Amino acid sequence: MMRVPKLIERMDFGLLSPDEIRKMSVTRIVTADTYDEDGYPIERGLMDPRLGVVDPGLRCRTCGARAGECPGHFGHVELARPVIHVGYIEVIYDCLRATCRKCGRISLPDSKLEEYLNQVAEMRKDGRKWWVVADEIVRSASSVEKCPHCGEKQQQLKFEKPTAFMEGKNRLTPSDVRERLERITDDDAMLLGINPEVARPEWMVLTALPVPPVTVRPSITLESGVRSEDDLTHKLVDIIRINQRLSENIEAGAPHLIVEDLWELLQYHVTTYFTNEVSGVPPARHRSGRILRTLAQRLKGKEGRFRGNLSGKRVDFSARTVISPDPCISINEIGVPEYVAKTLTIPVRVTAHNVEELRNFVRRGPDTHPGANTVISPDGKRYDLRYADREELAKTLEQGFIVERHLMDDDIVLFNRQPSLHRMSIMAHEVRVMPGRTFRLNLCVCPPYNADFDGDEMNLHAPQSEEAQAEAWILMRVQEQILSPRFGGPIIGGIQDHITGAYLLTRRDTLLTREQAQQLLAAAGLAVDLPKPAIKKDGTRYWTGKQIFSMLLPKGLNLAYKAKICENCVRCKKEECDIDAYVVIRDGQLLNGVMDARSYKALDRCEVLDRVAKDYGTTAAREFLDRVTRLSIAAATMFGFTTGIDDEDIPPEARERIDEILDEARDKVNKLIEIYNLGEMEPLPGRSLRETLEMRIMEVLAESRDNAGEIAEKYLGLDNHAVIMARIGARGSMLNLTQMAACVGQQSVRGERLSRGYKWRTLPHYKVGDLGAEARGFIGSSYKRGLKPLEFFFHAMGGREGLVDTAVRTAQSGYMQRRLINALQDLRVGYDGTVRDDRGGIVQFVYGEDGIDPARSDGGRAVNIEKIIERVTGFSGG
Amino acid sequence: MVEFDVRRHVLVPKHEVMPPEKAREILEKFRVSPHQLPLVKASDPVAKAIGAKLGDIVKITRDSLTAGKAIIYRYVTEG
Ligand SMILES: [Mg+2]
Ligand SMILES: [Zn+2]
Ligand SMILES: [Zn+2]
Ligand SMILES: [Zn+2]
Repeated sequence: MMRVPKLIERMDFGLLSPDEIRKMSVTRIVTADTYDEDGYPIERGLMDPRLGVVDPGLRCRTCGARAGECPGHFGHVELARPVIHVGYIEVIYDCLRATCRKCGRISLPDSKLEEYLNQVAEMRKDGRKWWVVADEIVRSASSVEKCPHCGEKQQQLKFEKPTAFMEGKNRLTPSDVRERLERITDDDAMLLGINPEVARPEWMVLTALPVPPVTVRPSITLESGVRSEDDLTHKLVDIIRINQRLSENIEAGAPHLIVEDLWELLQYHVTTYFTNEVSGVPPARHRSGRILRTLAQRLKGKEGRFRGNLSGKRVDFSARTVISPDPCISINEIGVPEYVAKTLTIPVRVTAHNVEELRNFVRRGPDTHPGANTVISPDGKRYDLRYADREELAKTLEQGFIVERHLMDDDIVLFNRQPSLHRMSIMAHEVRVMPGRTFRLNLCVCPPYNADFDGDEMNLHAPQSEEAQAEAWILMRVQEQILSPRFGGPIIGGIQDHITGAYLLTRRDTLLTREQAQQLLAAAGLAVDLPKPAIKKDGTRYWTGKQIFSMLLPKGLNLAYKAKICENCVRCKKEECDIDAYVVIRDGQLLNGVMDARSYKALDRCEVLDRVAKDYGTTAAREFLDRVTRLSIAAATMFGFTTGIDDEDIPPEARERIDEILDEARDKVNKLIEIYNLGEMEPLPGRSLRETLEMRIMEVLAESRDNAGEIAEKYLGLDNHAVIMARIGARGSMLNLTQMAACVGQQSVRGERLSRGYKWRTLPHYKVGDLGAEARGFIGSSYKRGLKPLEFFFHAMGGREGLVDTAVRTAQSGYMQRRLINALQDLRVGYDGTVRDDRGGIVQFVYGEDGIDPARSDGGRAVNIEKIIERVTGFSGG
Repeated sequence: MVEFDVRRHVLVPKHEVMPPEKAREILEKFRVSPHQLPLVKASDPVAKAIGAKLGDIVKITRDSLTAGKAIIYRYVTEG
């Protein structure tokens, strides 16, 4: 049977009573001194040996355990006078306000109290938040002027930051406060949200203070031998000192004023001991002037215990540096600087097979690259090779030793870029040690990491155990992540130049000489014979680009699809397509069509890479991608490809025609406004007249921008490099180009034309109520020609919305992601296909109800029959 | 007032009470204790309509976007 986990029935949150504090204390601390002249801890001092051990080798005086096993033990300080606990100041205020200053009952009639008591009992039984009733009780009881129980007239109670209460002109001492809290009955405490079974109200005013064990505040010995104490110890020293002076003064019968002052000082020290960030209190400082990090600061915030030590930790065997591209290494690899490789190590156990090699590593030591940093003998002793006699150690090296050798080529490491939003943000790479100071990565892995090279830094982790390395290699290696579990297509693939190069190579008119063909194949890393040349002209033999590209395709690959450049003609001419947009691959030969974004671009519908990955496996896909990207880059380099601002040049007549179109549009807009002003506009269904006008204007302006763009497009032919990149999906879009060449278009905020700024107008340059195209943010200029000052301003308005949106979106989606991860992190798919939580409880009976892993599916489906027919016949079904 | 039978609503999938031996088979098939199944309250309108008792296992057959049909078992608990 399943192991039934222990069920937690309930959890109580309460306060420590003074008695409990004394009971759990192993000693009362009476002196503020820590160590004597010989450096031994003073008994009943802050470093009393009974509080636990931190020094290795010693045993705890209380529990007998060694350092590391002894959890530490609390001591306590008897406070000479009670002191208010800042953490509960608001609850104390509520309690004081709601109760009578004389009899201590809640200032509400008995009947009312009984009613509330029943309500609380009811809520408790149902497991509801009964303590919220307190808010309402406090609110109504604090405004009562005469106590309904004893008739005492109540006085206005004022809370003065940080820990004082004023009743009229009188200041309540913590003793007064404690007395009043003591008078609150158990039933009344319940109504104030305090369960007296676990917390009496007066416990919020301290009479004894727990002293945390030394394990919580270890002292550190600096290299100079000077001992440096923890901030908490410093604070406790202050508390004990003042406490001592206070009790001495009280005993000596010192004047009231002096006692009061010391008492207040004690309150200050205890307050800052709990939290050093109370408003109205100057923070306690170290002798050096540094602000002390006391209890609350240890827990709070990003560097605090929760966010900094529990949710996230610092780790060993990791490295971080700037990344830069290297198109020559495999997607599986990562270039690691030698400096990093010499710092990170992998432990290797000495066996009969590797002694000699490891001996050489030991001899080379920590400073020569394939070397080693430490040797661990079978008895667990560590030898630091910086100082050891390496020659001697190498000789004594035998089976059972462990050598921590440098990171080397082919080691497996994890590579990560924040924010780690999906599982492809951490992938396993094979190491290539390189000169330089940056991590080098193949450009194809930029999309999964969302990395670029404008200064991005990434982290590297070196798994130490063989199991971890094997697991990383099998599950996390880059090639295993080519297909995204998000949409079942490649997330790792060609980008930018990779696409351009392939297009240039596979165009119909690309002919290559023998030298060119061989150079390309060499770049792709193929050492095979050239196929038969496709064309013989004037006695010279030529190879087509398609022939060369086909050399990378696996045998037996059949595919037919429409390329990105396809213009979706009404009747597709298929193989006879004018622009060669119909791709046919049969038995691994590219017969027709060009390679563009549809072939192997990351995050696109990349048919070829997708097919190779799914039908030939991840190794074939990796090999294909490594080769095809290098081939493409070589091709682009060979043919030459560049773009510049003059790619967006259009002839003067085009400019004239565009200006004409824009003028017409402006006229049309003005005419619309005129109709509107005359009250002759026909409203669209469900819209007001004003809305209708806006919609019509937007329509007219959008159309004019499109027309302007079309004109520009006509003049920017297919031989224009910028256009080529946009058309084949390598980089940029036609919209980008026409905005540069022809007209930027309407700027908008929240999907509407710009309207805000001044009263009834966007800028004081326009007439009040001007609804014309320019006045509401239409930009007729192109980016190339430049924006007019007012257009520039409108552009900034529109641009800002985008920035704000991204900022807000990342914050929101980040929070949502955290919530989802917290909710789903323990779920897993079992061998029986069920999805279960950490207790074996079933969440889904079949994963996704169909049991399909989207990363291994074909477009989300287990089988794609059309694709299978296509694969077998080489023809698409349509 | 005429009470509407919730089972007739378009959004309510088919619910059935599993006979005891079938229920045992289900638990064995998935190797779970009843509490590890998804739960349904005895006060659930559909559970009441089909007469599911505390400790029963209810079989729900509903349409699925990915698989066409999906079968879910729920254990009837207090509430
Ligand atoms: Mg960047
Ligand atoms: Zn101990
Ligand atoms: Zn009273
Ligand atoms: Zn076509």
